[in-house]
Amino acid sequence: MAFICSKGNLDMAYPALIMGNAALGEGVEVHIFFTFWGLDIVNTKTNDKLKFTLSGNTAMHMPDLGRIKPGLEHVSMPQVLGNLPGMTGYATRMMNKQMEEQEIPTVPEFLDLLQASGAHMYACRLTYDMMKLLEADLHPGVEGVISAGDFIDIAEGAQVVFV
Amino acid sequence: MPTNTLNDRTFEVDAEGFLTRRDDWSEDLAADMAALIGIDLSDEHLAILRFMREDSAQTGVTPTLRRIQTVGGFDIKTLFALYPGKPAKKMAWLSGLPKPVGCV
Repeated sequence: MAFICSKGNLDMAYPALIMGNAALGEGVEVHIFFTFWGLDIVNTKTNDKLKFTLSGNTAMHMPDLGRIKPGLEHVSMPQVLGNLPGMTGYATRMMNKQMEEQEIPTVPEFLDLLQASGAHMYACRLTYDMMKLLEADLHPGVEGVISAGDFIDIAEGAQVVFV
Repeated sequence: MPTNTLNDRTFEVDAEGFLTRRDDWSEDLAADMAALIGIDLSDEHLAILRFMREDSAQTGVTPTLRRIQTVGGFDIKTLFALYPGKPAKKMAWLSGLPKPVGCV
């Protein structure tokens, strides 16, 4: 299976990491291409600080609100809340806590796990150059900085999942 | 529930062949089952299965690969090397536990 990670938000980092890990556990070969904002997932200067924001996410609910009034836990949070100072930090802490409760590893630990399980990970050459990244900052599980064409070559015939 | 018999040992299994009764399991049975999937069960293999059974006795669920690593202290690469292909399922099957349900 091949995954393309194009987003650098905390909530958009997990899908490919979780599915890739599941695929490895089933004996499936896994290749992950990190491109554009997805490079933040493998950049060790950023991957322990990925953030989750309410802004633009209409599926944002607060399970705890149900204790105040039943039904409130299903209500979509007003979008304006996402723009309040400190709200992104708060939402990020909340999400990290919820993931921890599910025993989901942090993003850096997840990359260690994937590397040990045999995942092949690559950084996108174009965005790597565009964002002026350093090879020393990449997670050691990243095998190389490759072009889109190289990845297409690798992924030929695979199931490709774009995140 | 159907039952399987292997080398004169009878044990109850679910539709996918996982043992359903904890007490049907023994290390000798695990060794015989392992031979069916091409694994020669060594002490190294058994140490993981023993941990899984102890852990599941406490939690009530089959530990995931991640838990076998973080709580059991077994290296992920070792798990893949000892039980190649589908380590979590092979280990759950051989340790007489239900198929693992955790995602990570």
